[in-house]
Amino acid sequence: MIEVKEDWCKGCNICIERCPVNALEESDHLNRRGVRPPQLKQQNECNYCRLCELLCPDLALTVIPEKEEKKPMKKTNLIPVGGKRR
Amino acid sequence: MEQITTADELNKKYLRDGMWPTIFCNGCGHGVVLEYTLWALEELGWDMDKTVFASGIGCSSRLPGYINADGLHTTHGRAIAFATGIKAADPDLNIIIFTGDGDCAGIGGNHFIHAARRNIDMTVIMINNFIYGMTGGQLAPTAPLGSIATTAPYGNIENPFDICNLACALGANYVARWCVTHPYQPIKSIKEGLQKKGFSLLEFLAPCPTAYGRRNKLGDIKKHWEWYDNNTILIEDYKKIMQYGTEEEKKELKHKFQIGVFQDLQKPGFFELYGNLVNRLQIKENEPKEGKK
Repeated sequence: MIEVKEDWCKGCNICIERCPVNALEESDHLNRRGVRPPQLKQQNECNYCRLCELLCPDLALTVIPEKEEKKPMKKTNLIPVGGKRR
Repeated sequence: MEQITTADELNKKYLRDGMWPTIFCNGCGHGVVLEYTLWALEELGWDMDKTVFASGIGCSSRLPGYINADGLHTTHGRAIAFATGIKAADPDLNIIIFTGDGDCAGIGGNHFIHAARRNIDMTVIMINNFIYGMTGGQLAPTAPLGSIATTAPYGNIENPFDICNLACALGANYVARWCVTHPYQPIKSIKEGLQKKGFSLLEFLAPCPTAYGRRNKLGDIKKHWEWYDNNTILIEDYKKIMQYGTEEEKKELKHKFQIGVFQDLQKPGFFELYGNLVNRLQIKENEPKEGKK
């Protein structure tokens, strides 16, 4: 996920140009300055390298790595255990 | 204390709320240098009450105003002189100076030379954009040959000032030049420079699309940032090519800026030597005097 402080963005588009996987695009709405802040593309290819966060001249971007969802897994005992373990 | 990992947390910890967003133009590299410095400070875990920022006049010199720490915005070119005074008054403080190419190399050149020569404990972060951006695009002493400015409308004919070479010759403890377009090496380098006793100079090549790029036909922000990728070379590669390369390869390197760490020494700083001097004299003073009676 990418968090953008929209009013801090000046629209230099360095984040979009420098993204190694081309995951960002201009959004379709204007901010208070009249520029289009960046947003993630619909098809999310972000690999959380944080290059846009480090290169943003206005410190407006924050990359938050998505936490891996823990799927409920059925655990089967590989070793036969009799009774409760101590 | 928990380690900060995102820019949002970094902003909340280090920045002054009311000052943002910055006044810098679109595509300017100064904000990037500020961010690198903050990441380096965060990795070192320094107490911000014991850190003082000083600056002169110019675009780069507005940076201390954005940081939630003590800062000094001084007269043009005199940031290093004021910082020497701060360090002399309280040697426990850590001094970081943000200065521009016009401020450091042009107007305050002599202060810079003597601070580096005396090896005073401070970190100078010089942001070099080849031009006096704030005052309207006058020619800076670091501008490459042939660059156009308001005071050089037909091209610059003065030889540019290589401030890193100068600092190396003066025996500064740590000298490095980096480009703002790549983040990781500069952050590491700032960290080393801050930890180093004695004088450390970090020069940053930063784009100025408004004053420099527009006049010199470097194109839009994207092309201007790419110009820095194409016109810089690591010092290690430079040395290798100069030693083993062909004539053509050497010719290509002629106009490129070398980036990297130029000097890394372990000399004692000025205030360490001064403390030793004071101790020595005090011991001498307290000794029972012998001699003629």
